[in-house]
Amino acid sequence: METAFTPWQSMGGGALIGLATVLLMLTLGRIMGATGILSGVLLPSAPSDRTWRLAILLGMVSGPVVILALTGQMPDVDVPVSLPMLLLGGFIVGVGVTFASGCTSGHGICGMARLSRRSIAATATFMISTGLTVFVVRHVLGV
Amino acid sequence: MRLVASYLIGLIFGVGISISGMANPAKVLNFFDLTGTWDPSLIFVMGGALIVTFIGYRLVLRKPAPLLEERFQLPTATRLDARLLGGSALFGIGWGIAGFCPGGALPALGTGRIEVFAFVAALLLGIFAARGLMALDNARASRAAPGAQ
Repeated sequence: METAFTPWQSMGGGALIGLATVLLMLTLGRIMGATGILSGVLLPSAPSDRTWRLAILLGMVSGPVVILALTGQMPDVDVPVSLPMLLLGGFIVGVGVTFASGCTSGHGICGMARLSRRSIAATATFMISTGLTVFVVRHVLGV
Repeated sequence: MRLVASYLIGLIFGVGISISGMANPAKVLNFFDLTGTWDPSLIFVMGGALIVTFIGYRLVLRKPAPLLEERFQLPTATRLDARLLGGSALFGIGWGIAGFCPGGALPALGTGRIEVFAFVAALLLGIFAARGLMALDNARASRAAPGAQ
């Protein structure tokens, strides 16, 4: 399935992601990582750490609703993937990001912006493994 | 105050993700499909986010402390170990299969789409499974070398 090339829209969205990341460091002094926020809501190391993460999570979920209110349309979510593949992928992502202590937001943006060696290595690794996986799934297995 | 700030920050992140295309598996998978229906848009997401964060972090981290907390909490680990690299490789495999990453999927829950809830449910199961494995592994390591953990 083809998707339209949207450089300006994507860069604008990326700039907002960056703004949120900087504001979280400015106010609470924390890394904006989706993995850390989700894990911290479920399995907090201290109870006081749960509430702010829950507030961020609620804010995130409100994002598409605000887009709907402003534009009259929900953002596009096209899922060209079967339910078993979604579940399998989701489980593997959960295991991977927990061992890696981060994902696209925590390592790919926060860590890379801090020039962290671990985050640069993590980001290079998952970008390559995602690309290889997509190649195998689409062009070798033909799913 | 902390909660209001956190909610608004989450909202900005959620709007950014929604606009950027990161919440859309079709777009994400096409970004990685160089030999097929390639859509390079997502490199602009990474670019936009990194430019803003790179400059913003340098300004913010010059301050002695964040506005609402006593200190900045930054990761201190520097070692490239098997957990980091193996975990990242696994994450990529899952991302390539499903097309959602955690930061893309969490805001996408707000669209109410059942597929997103299915992905996030499986994601949570994976997080719990890995936490359990890590706890077992740590317990074994501390039995083998008392006091080291």
